[in-house]
Amino acid sequence: MRRSTDNPWLAKFAAFTALATLCLIGVGGLVTSKGVGMSVPDWPTTYGYNMFLFPISKWVGGIREEHTHRLFASWVGMLTTILAVWLSIKEERRWLRWLGVAAFFGVVLQGVLGGLRVVLKMDNLGIPHAGLAQAFLCLLVAISLFLSRWWQRRVETPDYLSQTAQRLKPLFILTTVLIFTQLMIGATMRHQHAGLAVPDFPLAYGKIWPDTDPVSIQRYNTLRIDDGQFNPITAAQIYLHMSHRTMAFVVLAFVAACWLRIRRTCRNCGITRLTAWWLGLILLQAGLGVVTVLKNKPADIATAHVVVGAASLALGTLISIMLARLAQHRTVSPMPIADRKPAFAESRG
Amino acid sequence: MKSTRWLGLAALAASVQFLSAADITGKVTLKGTPPPEKELPVADGFCGPGSIAKTFKGRVYRTASDGGLADVVVYLKEAPAGGAAKTQPVTLDQKGCQYEPYVFAVQVNEPIVVKNSDPVLHNVHTRPTVAGNKEQNLAQMPGSKDLEFKFPAAEQFMRIECNVHPYMVSYLSVFDNPYFAVTDKDGNFTIKNVPKGSYTVEVAHRRAGKAEQKVTVGDANATANFTLDVPK
Repeated sequence: MRRSTDNPWLAKFAAFTALATLCLIGVGGLVTSKGVGMSVPDWPTTYGYNMFLFPISKWVGGIREEHTHRLFASWVGMLTTILAVWLSIKEERRWLRWLGVAAFFGVVLQGVLGGLRVVLKMDNLGIPHAGLAQAFLCLLVAISLFLSRWWQRRVETPDYLSQTAQRLKPLFILTTVLIFTQLMIGATMRHQHAGLAVPDFPLAYGKIWPDTDPVSIQRYNTLRIDDGQFNPITAAQIYLHMSHRTMAFVVLAFVAACWLRIRRTCRNCGITRLTAWWLGLILLQAGLGVVTVLKNKPADIATAHVVVGAASLALGTLISIMLARLAQHRTVSPMPIADRKPAFAESRG
Repeated sequence: MKSTRWLGLAALAASVQFLSAADITGKVTLKGTPPPEKELPVADGFCGPGSIAKTFKGRVYRTASDGGLADVVVYLKEAPAGGAAKTQPVTLDQKGCQYEPYVFAVQVNEPIVVKNSDPVLHNVHTRPTVAGNKEQNLAQMPGSKDLEFKFPAAEQFMRIECNVHPYMVSYLSVFDNPYFAVTDKDGNFTIKNVPKGSYTVEVAHRRAGKAEQKVTVGDANATANFTLDVPK
């Protein structure tokens, strides 16, 4: 079978797999938000049953979320496997075929991490499990982009846009890395299973920076009327929480800077519009974070906060790679003139 | 013959210790108005298909009409050596998707038998924080055999939870001696068979904190009443 770089259905399938992964991150986030990650004590079986044969009548309480998460993850694993195989058969670019292999091993590792977290009863394994999920999503988004028509189309990139892309690429990449760092801080916070370490906003225990001496910590725990399955609050958790709040401002500032800088060069460019969406996502994320605190971490809002965070990272990854592509300043290709479309350069405006 | 006589004398000496033992009884009262209990999220179907999803409130402060405070662990701070080890299993039941008792105490290696009296499955997840006590997470189907746990290290307020029902939680304290009790719904307690002597009795509640008192145990039962304040 002849390989090629033009596989539109493969591209659509890759994008679908990326979207499914984003949904899976939401389902997994709901498991942590509801604190039901240990509701199924065994793995890979489910209460002794083959996972795929576990009776629906027994999907009660937290098992519903955890078991759904496992089934959904299996489905994403299957999609990723199909993607990897499809790439190896149809894709001409060897490096992209290897990315498919990397995605396959990534999803296998992710499944094993999740299973070990349950079997070894190690709450902290939830943190690399969450981090790998985000990285895996970025990988699938990148594969989707590399397979896309946009990436294939060899068009004239105007000098000004190419130079702008070259100049702004480091800023966008740095901002995307900052978002990933913020997501990891958030994942570390969530997997402490201590509930809300700081219950008020915009102040923290009534101050700009809360007291974290042992007497104050004891007072915070004593006054807590959470009778759920929460670990006691520690000073380290308060520092983590405050770091997450501080970093939110940093991320917002950087994404805003990205948008202002690119808008200055090309107000109506497609990539400028994408960056505007990016800023919109970050503003939404900040709002969700505030509501999460004010409403004492309701599971649905906290999970939406996880999903929007993942989407922000994915979009940052997408834009950064697109800028890298534009910065390459490709000249006109053999494509017929009638089919040519300048890449995101409708007007300089 | 001689060895038999010495054995008999040793047994007599041991039993004399118990003949000269008495109980410490008392009451723990809460002073102040506790904050309202939080409503906890209840899963659809509450406790299996057909059951009613109802509001479930926490049990942080359970007080009687006279302020008697339940769920307070009472113990001797410097317990005397010896004393008959408790070996009778203590039962922890899962009923209506709640653990009963909510707060309880055992001696090290005293068996805890966990029953599932519900029509739904639970997982019994112990969360010790002291080295030596093992974290376990065991499935328990409805009608299945009882689970048994033992803990070899002393620990206060170890959490036991069911993750299928995230509002299901119980707190266990483990002592390395038999001189402890947990207050009942009226705040009353009895520590049995305490040898004669002077002791410091301490009480501990998960949120209302601790208090202690010197108590002397003679031929008759001793009494120690405590007051804990609602934290501000």
